[in-house]
Amino acid sequence: MEFAELIKTPRADNVVLHRPFHLAVEGTLCLTGHHLIFSSRRQDNAEELWLLHSNIDSIDKRFVGSLGTIVIKCKDLRIIQLDIPGMEECLNIASSIEALSTLDSVTLMYPFFYRPMFEVLEDGWSSFLLEQEFELLSSVTNEWRLSCVNKDFSVCPSYPPVVIVPKSIDDEALRKVALFRHGGRFPVLSYYHKKNGMAMMRSSQPLTGTNGRRCKEDEKLVNATLRSGRRGFVIDTRPLTVAQQARAKGGGFEQEVHYPQWRRIHKYIERFNILQESFIKLVEACNDQSHNMDRWLSKLEASNWLTHIKELLTAACLAAQCIDREGASVLVHGSEGTDSTLQVTSLAQIILDPRCRTIRGFEALIVREWLQAGHPFQQRCAQSAYSNSKQKWEAPVFLLFLECVWQIHRQFPCSFEFNEQFLLMLFEHAYASQFGTFLGNNENER
Amino acid sequence: VENVRLLDRLSSRRAVVGTLYLTATHVIFVENGSETRKETWVLHSQISSIEKQATTATGCPLLIRCKNFQVIQLVIPQERDCHDVYISLIRLARPVKYEELYCFSFNPKLDKEEREQGWKLVDLNEEYNRMGVPNNYWQISDVNRDYGVCDSYPTEVYVPKSATAHIIVGSSKFRSRRRFPALSYYCKGNNASICRSSQPLSGFSARCLEDEQMLQAIRKANPGSDFIYVVDTRPKLNAMANRAAGKGYENEDNYSNIKFQFIGIENIHVMRNSLQKMLEVCELKSPSMSDFLWGLENSGWLKHIKAIMDAGIFIAKAVSEEGVSVLVHCSDGWDRTAQVCSVASLLLDPYYRTMKGFMVLIEKDWVSFGHKFNHRYGNLDGDPKEISPVIDQFIECVWQLMEQFPCAFEFNERFLIHIQHHIYSCQFGNFLCNSQKERRELKIKERTYSLWAHLWKNCADYLNPLYRSDHSQSQGTLHPQIAPCNFLYKFWSGMYNRFEKGLHPRQSVTDYLMAVKEETQQLEEELEVLQERLANLQKSQSGNNKVKSKQQDRSKQFGLYTSNNSLANTPQEYSNDLKSFPSRSPSQGDEDSALILTQDNLKSSDPDLSANSDQESGVEDLSCRSPSGGTCLPSEDSGKDSDEAVFLAG
Repeated sequence: MEFAELIKTPRADNVVLHRPFHLAVEGTLCLTGHHLIFSSRRQDNAEELWLLHSNIDSIDKRFVGSLGTIVIKCKDLRIIQLDIPGMEECLNIASSIEALSTLDSVTLMYPFFYRPMFEVLEDGWSSFLLEQEFELLSSVTNEWRLSCVNKDFSVCPSYPPVVIVPKSIDDEALRKVALFRHGGRFPVLSYYHKKNGMAMMRSSQPLTGTNGRRCKEDEKLVNATLRSGRRGFVIDTRPLTVAQQARAKGGGFEQEVHYPQWRRIHKYIERFNILQESFIKLVEACNDQSHNMDRWLSKLEASNWLTHIKELLTAACLAAQCIDREGASVLVHGSEGTDSTLQVTSLAQIILDPRCRTIRGFEALIVREWLQAGHPFQQRCAQSAYSNSKQKWEAPVFLLFLECVWQIHRQFPCSFEFNEQFLLMLFEHAYASQFGTFLGNNENER
Repeated sequence: VENVRLLDRLSSRRAVVGTLYLTATHVIFVENGSETRKETWVLHSQISSIEKQATTATGCPLLIRCKNFQVIQLVIPQERDCHDVYISLIRLARPVKYEELYCFSFNPKLDKEEREQGWKLVDLNEEYNRMGVPNNYWQISDVNRDYGVCDSYPTEVYVPKSATAHIIVGSSKFRSRRRFPALSYYCKGNNASICRSSQPLSGFSARCLEDEQMLQAIRKANPGSDFIYVVDTRPKLNAMANRAAGKGYENEDNYSNIKFQFIGIENIHVMRNSLQKMLEVCELKSPSMSDFLWGLENSGWLKHIKAIMDAGIFIAKAVSEEGVSVLVHCSDGWDRTAQVCSVASLLLDPYYRTMKGFMVLIEKDWVSFGHKFNHRYGNLDGDPKEISPVIDQFIECVWQLMEQFPCAFEFNERFLIHIQHHIYSCQFGNFLCNSQKERRELKIKERTYSLWAHLWKNCADYLNPLYRSDHSQSQGTLHPQIAPCNFLYKFWSGMYNRFEKGLHPRQSVTDYLMAVKEETQQLEEELEVLQERLANLQKSQSGNNKVKSKQQDRSKQFGLYTSNNSLANTPQEYSNDLKSFPSRSPSQGDEDSALILTQDNLKSSDPDLSANSDQESGVEDLSCRSPSGGTCLPSEDSGKDSDEAVFLAG
């Protein structure tokens, strides 16, 4: 496909750009295959706006006489307005933007065309390999091994080719456990707490169903992380009632009889459309144009966003507390193990491990706990707070995690190597980027 | 009383047992704990309410709420003792004579001269001169020299030159409590001014020629503008209701060239209830997010703060951008008017954003113009309906501005908190009584000490490390965001939950920066010493070798206060040192440091004024500077924390 086919009017002059808190600027608008470019072309203080089409969340157009106005709402929450003289130009541009911002083929995305203008110092794709992580781990313990059971993604399509598992469990057992866990996501090591040798594992829900199916290998696997005579904690990110209902659909939870050494704690972390609605309401409240203080607080309250933040932080603190304070191993899962589970395991690491509070360490954490762990970025970040379509896969799961990090940062302003800007940058790139890092839904697709 | 339990609001497990003492000035609780014997001191004048609750099996609970937002829950074993304590405190917390207040017995061990110096620190004459008056347009008037015209005004007031004594007296008779229009702030740059008064006694149709002349005189004192704004800070409905009582507001038709404007700030009763509601939210044991947000909204507190700020912004804009003079009033002109005038001055003039300037501002707009400190803050037993957090709101406005302009203020949050504390403490004489007249009659300056001198002495504790007087933000008018960004107004937990350390951020960037600053300064001093030494060495080296051994001896002495300075002679090594310094942050301080997300952190750099035992000795603020004591860094603090991981209370 040629992008040119979608661009009927590649350029319009005398366009006026409006942005909140900025003066309006007049200039020229250009459309390319991947960008909307606006240039004021003023010699003294030339201002340029480059907006990725993939960053566009929604677009509205309206006309007053022959003056068309396009309001573009971006996934990074920006809102810009373009006044374009000429109805035809405006219609053309609007329809081009609409088409270009909703391309459905990943391979047409900008990262496949982008050539960096800077000198590439290291191969980012191999900067954070699990093998290196394992090497570090091996220097303190020999209870774990690297398994390549998933090297062709056949055991678990959303897992990376290599995972870290207890040494005593062989690949054959892992295959059996995978059949017993939702989406094949068998328990793997997420974090090893050097201070006391306790481990945090993550997985998806066990497929116990209504008749209480069990899997010996699964029990053996999770028990392999326990010290003799010690108990572990299963942190289920769903409330008990939801977990019980899941049994009707073949899912379920670890029952005491089969996992006597484990204590199960249910937390309530919201997911999917509830989060998405909350996000939409929050952004609405932020954009409220009234000068009314009460409206802001009640809208903020009604969005429930901060409640979700608090619940998530509480669950992450619980996991960290179990490991550090109780000296217990922990297994975290929800249903699929690709959303709330990863939020909890990654936040717990931020709390427990100073390394994760450095720039490099945080990047490693994102690669390990989000990208390799199979958080479906493409589905979750397809739309942001301004989308009109009600697809059920979008959810600001990653954003919620970033805000929790920010909240911890507020409490411990001297404990992080990075600043707010770093978190904002990650948020932006998760939704629209020139880099391929957040493309696709898992390692297999990537 | 022995075996009293001091409860922790958030966790029943953290109650401590100790002994309760009542003195003439303080309630003191001393923990039994063998080593620490931590003490909690509460001034009687800080007590706002005492509540005896139903006796339980463990004893008789007593709830003490303080004006500085501390809440103390005691359980006294014997009902009889509890009753005695209760009765005593009720009496002690409500003195009936000024002489009973703490400032008359407080003795910081200063001699007479030092005391007098202290009172001279803030000089309003100097301040008016700094503003640029008297000049061609404004003069000092002695019409009120023996408080003959208005007993709540100062003796010296600035009025337009063209306003004769006849006009002033005539105008004063047409204003509530005879509070005639007087100068609050003069803008040298464009002659625009902020004047203040009380409401006119206009009723439905009354007029007063002198009052009309007075306003005209104010307008004429600003030749650059052909009108003035008259800002009534009340909601229109309230102002209209006042007309029925023979009061009211200016009729634009009767005054030449005024533009009249209502700015709806609610009255003291609404504000009192609003604070009450907000404090109820602060006291919730484990509020859900929505309990908190709903409660905060329902209290209306932030809405009121924003209303005051908006009024200040309006006036500052009129003065700085339009060059138009403004006359501000409410009903009596001593509450909302004081708030609004001082917020506007603070926005307009960078001087008021310095430590000294802020003291001057409070002295000018609040103390001298008869803000009724005694009535509003209940220093003496009085009508509870007179009590209202008027200056608290102003202080919060300042804090909200500090959040928006972190580099524009010379002082920090602690400065504000300590001023708030002392407005209620009655430890210093500054805020006693309701007017200058009363204070002079009581001979406050001879019998008590000035807070300003006390704060000034400890000014290092109150410095904002981000402030630079040459920074652009520190100069000129502040322009707060007025676009609809309601989220700019935040709940001030540092004030309203200040005694609950567990709710506050675990690390303070301010304290850390202060420590860095101090360390840098030390290193620079050291560098100077060493450079001097180097120069001496070079001089003597060319001389004889005998001196050399002596020099080595001396270098040992230097080694006492910095370990490696004999090696680090080159600038490079020093800069390396400086670079590594900030990295001694808590994150790297300890290899396996888990973040402590919750639980009360006993170590805090903020001294709870009342919780410190050394108030009387005058050394209360020493504990302020734990992170900056010499080379000791905050990382030490956090390093200790790192071993224990404590988690969100949920």
